[in-house]
Amino acid sequence: MLVDLQGPWSPIFGRLGLLLDVHYNNPVIFFAFQLVVVGGALLAFWLTCTNRWKWLWKDWLTTVDHKKLGIMYILVGLVMMFRGFSDAIMIRTQQAMAVGPDSPGILGAAHGYLPPYHFDQVFTAHGMIMILLAVTPILVGFMNIIMPIQIGARDMAYPYLNALGLWLTVVAAALVMIALFVGDFSHAGWVGLTPLTELPYSPGVGVDYYIWSIQLGSIGTTLGAVNLIATIIKMRAPGMTWGRLPIFTWTTLASNIIALTSFPVLGVALGLLTFDRYVGTHFFTADLGGNLMMYTNLFWIWGHPEVYFVVIPAFGFLSEIIPTFSEKPLFGYITMVLASMAIALVSWTVWLHHFFTMGASPGVNSYFSIATMLVGIPTGVKVFNWAFTMYRGRLRFPTPMLWALGSLFLLITGGMTGMMLSVPAINYLVHNSVFVIAHFHNMFLLIAYASFGAVAFWWPKVFGFRLDEKLGKLFFWLFTAGTLLVFIPMYTLGFMGMTRRLDYVAHTSWQPLLLLEMLGIALYTLSVLAFVAQLAVSIRDREKNRVTGSDAWETSRSVEWMTHTPPPFYNFAVTPVIHDRDEWAWRREHGLTSLVPDRYLDIHMPKNTAVPLIIGMLTLFFGFAMVWRIWWLAAASLIAIIVVMIIRSFDKDTDYIIPAAEVEKMEQEILSRAAGATGDTADAPIGGGAGGAYASRHAPSQSRKDT
Amino acid sequence: MSSHATAPVDPNNVVLWDYEDHGHDFIGTRSIGFWLYMMSDAMIFAGLFAAHGVYVHNFAGSFTANEVIHPINALWPTLFIFTSVLIYGFGMVALKKGSRSGVINALLLSFILGVGFLLMEYREFSELAAMGAVPQVSGFLSDFWVIVLTHAAHVFFGLIWMAVMIVQIMTNGFTQNNVYRLINLKLFWHFQAIIWVCVFTFVYLMGGI
Ligand code: HEM
Ligand SMILES: [Cu+2]
Repeated sequence: MLVDLQGPWSPIFGRLGLLLDVHYNNPVIFFAFQLVVVGGALLAFWLTCTNRWKWLWKDWLTTVDHKKLGIMYILVGLVMMFRGFSDAIMIRTQQAMAVGPDSPGILGAAHGYLPPYHFDQVFTAHGMIMILLAVTPILVGFMNIIMPIQIGARDMAYPYLNALGLWLTVVAAALVMIALFVGDFSHAGWVGLTPLTELPYSPGVGVDYYIWSIQLGSIGTTLGAVNLIATIIKMRAPGMTWGRLPIFTWTTLASNIIALTSFPVLGVALGLLTFDRYVGTHFFTADLGGNLMMYTNLFWIWGHPEVYFVVIPAFGFLSEIIPTFSEKPLFGYITMVLASMAIALVSWTVWLHHFFTMGASPGVNSYFSIATMLVGIPTGVKVFNWAFTMYRGRLRFPTPMLWALGSLFLLITGGMTGMMLSVPAINYLVHNSVFVIAHFHNMFLLIAYASFGAVAFWWPKVFGFRLDEKLGKLFFWLFTAGTLLVFIPMYTLGFMGMTRRLDYVAHTSWQPLLLLEMLGIALYTLSVLAFVAQLAVSIRDREKNRVTGSDAWETSRSVEWMTHTPPPFYNFAVTPVIHDRDEWAWRREHGLTSLVPDRYLDIHMPKNTAVPLIIGMLTLFFGFAMVWRIWWLAAASLIAIIVVMIIRSFDKDTDYIIPAAEVEKMEQEILSRAAGATGDTADAPIGGGAGGAYASRHAPSQSRKDT
Repeated sequence: MSSHATAPVDPNNVVLWDYEDHGHDFIGTRSIGFWLYMMSDAMIFAGLFAAHGVYVHNFAGSFTANEVIHPINALWPTLFIFTSVLIYGFGMVALKKGSRSGVINALLLSFILGVGFLLMEYREFSELAAMGAVPQVSGFLSDFWVIVLTHAAHVFFGLIWMAVMIVQIMTNGFTQNNVYRLINLKLFWHFQAIIWVCVFTFVYLMGGI
């Protein structure tokens, strides 16, 4: 049944014997290894010294609180983004060094410092990590943190499933990180080009790492999608009708409909590839009835919707940030909703534009060309809506707004180049050139901008203190300078005919532009430092920057600004009733900003559980065992997963009740702390008072305090 | 745009907080998630059937479809899985009546019929293997095995679930958890029958002619 393998295999250790032939003499990998080991040791040391293991376990590892899970999603995404960024630096330095036949080579490379096989692994890992393990978790993290509060929910539909989704994402990230040191990674591009990924062409374990980390991670994303959609359908506060859902929630819905329907197709593509590699079927082989373009089709049937899965929430961020800092409601709410849904729909019909050059008939290419261009219509609608929101608004430009505006510019340029690519005649010329790379980085940078904007925008809500504005602006401008310097030359190089994935650049005339890109990446590196400095300084000065009211920006509009800052684990002491599309803005205008209800009720909450973490660990064993073909371990961990799930299904003790009296006590503590921070303890709003600490500066004069 | 409500509001007379704890509809929430999950499962089969359209003639000079596919043979498993679903339906009627033994008996019977379905598929595929019509031979056979066995894997997990439900109902009775799980398993089990209809039509009937 199973295929014949090159190299050693043993029933106990699987293919791990391959490692005996590997000599770890590559200083790059060695450096990364030291970084990880030292970093991990320092972290463990810190946890032990400050006696935080219990805290880590109780407050984070076993939590089912959607806000904490969301924060962990974002942390994983940021760590992986840092990893992907290191890969990017490696790619850029290699290309800047390896220009022309006279360019020297070191560390076993003919040119530059990365031999082709290693270079190929670097760009494959870079692409796969950035899309699936950096951008995706960060966005899912935001959906988890913000969306439930935005719809006035106390929790999500399936907190336990949510934790499982997180841990599966962590497993995917862990597998990729393990691949860095144990074995190697795929060298076939993040799209997994067949038949290059078939066993005869990739006999190592690299492709298997690629397959299993995407496969397991995407199961996590699908579970997350189930939870997010069900939450939006079922957990809205009274009065939160569909017509009043905040736009970010709408985009979460659109995006997760894409995830729910498209990730399974990726699962099929990778699953069939797995069969080819493990049991020798002929789905994507070049012989015996295989069809290698079928993989490309299945992959992009997922791949194109996936790029909209990540861009639509970014549009959601913009739709929250821009109205807040324009002090106006969002222009064209209905069209915004329709545009999000239309984009989600059309994204399904365009996949073939990724391989116009496959040799399909003109009819097929024309269909996909036109379908692709159609996406521009709803996207254009959105851009105009944001522009009209700003038009005649009272604009302010704190960091979130800067990021949002940058994002708009990137959307316009990226959309234009996308339109160019969607013309088959042009595409034949620039397909697989760095012009395409510039296009999609442009699009992903839009998402990065919107996400950094979202970080700055919601940080004070989530953590209760503001981020340092000065360093934030430094971060923004360094990042923007880096973007311009890397991607304008890249577009240019694309026009000049430079193809993608080059470990050696033959044309010496391209070198100046490549060096310019190098300068750009150096600026990016500085911007990362600025970001880290911003976080460090803000955390240091957190007492000074503490947010006093519930609304950090004082002109925010939606429901998440209507609970304490930071939100307690139960989100709302009493579920709010929604009266308007921009409920918080509405309450502010009518002077109803007090957050103190007349009385409290019992609250029903889910209990912490270690089961998702345990299943995650077992899944990691399973993934590792499958990669190295250690069958007994794979079978054992799979059975263990099923057994754990069955045992959990017998657990009746999964929830608990917080009595009303206790809720009241916790609430009063929060309120008096907030009042203390503003210094007007005399006005401490206990028991149905006016809530002075929570009345915002921008509230009109009829605030309840005056009545 | 109604977002700027200008109508005067009496601040002392608006309901800002919801004091009636509606205690959200537990079973409804659980089922909707399961429907969503099934959407994703349906996409797996959609992908496989799309692939089937491509591989259906890729015999690579080896076995052709009507040499390995016998619609009549596949009729028996069809009857088994349909009867199993029917009996599960009777179980749900028993659930409505609150009859514990009714539910358990139906689940048991349904389970046995499901096992029968798998055994018949096992026989069919071991015959194919004996003939040498294994998935490694051609793109067509790879596709045939994978599509049918993916469905079989679903049935297998459904059976494990059914077994667990039998034990849970015997020990705990009709708790909220058990009821929603029975409903979701019903969805799952019916869904597998529907997928089998597609397998039977697109793979067996259309392949056998
Ligand atoms: C108006 C909207 C867009 C249009 C018309 C468009 C068009 C295209 C076309 C035609 C290609 C294929 C180029 C080729 O390989 O020859 C392409 C590639 C790509 N686009 Fe877009 N695109 C749009 C938006 C986006 C967005 C929003 C994203 C991501 C968030 C994105 C990400 C990508 C990626 C990742 C690739 C290349 C993948 C690869 O080959 O590795 N695009 N785009
Ligand atoms: Cu695309």
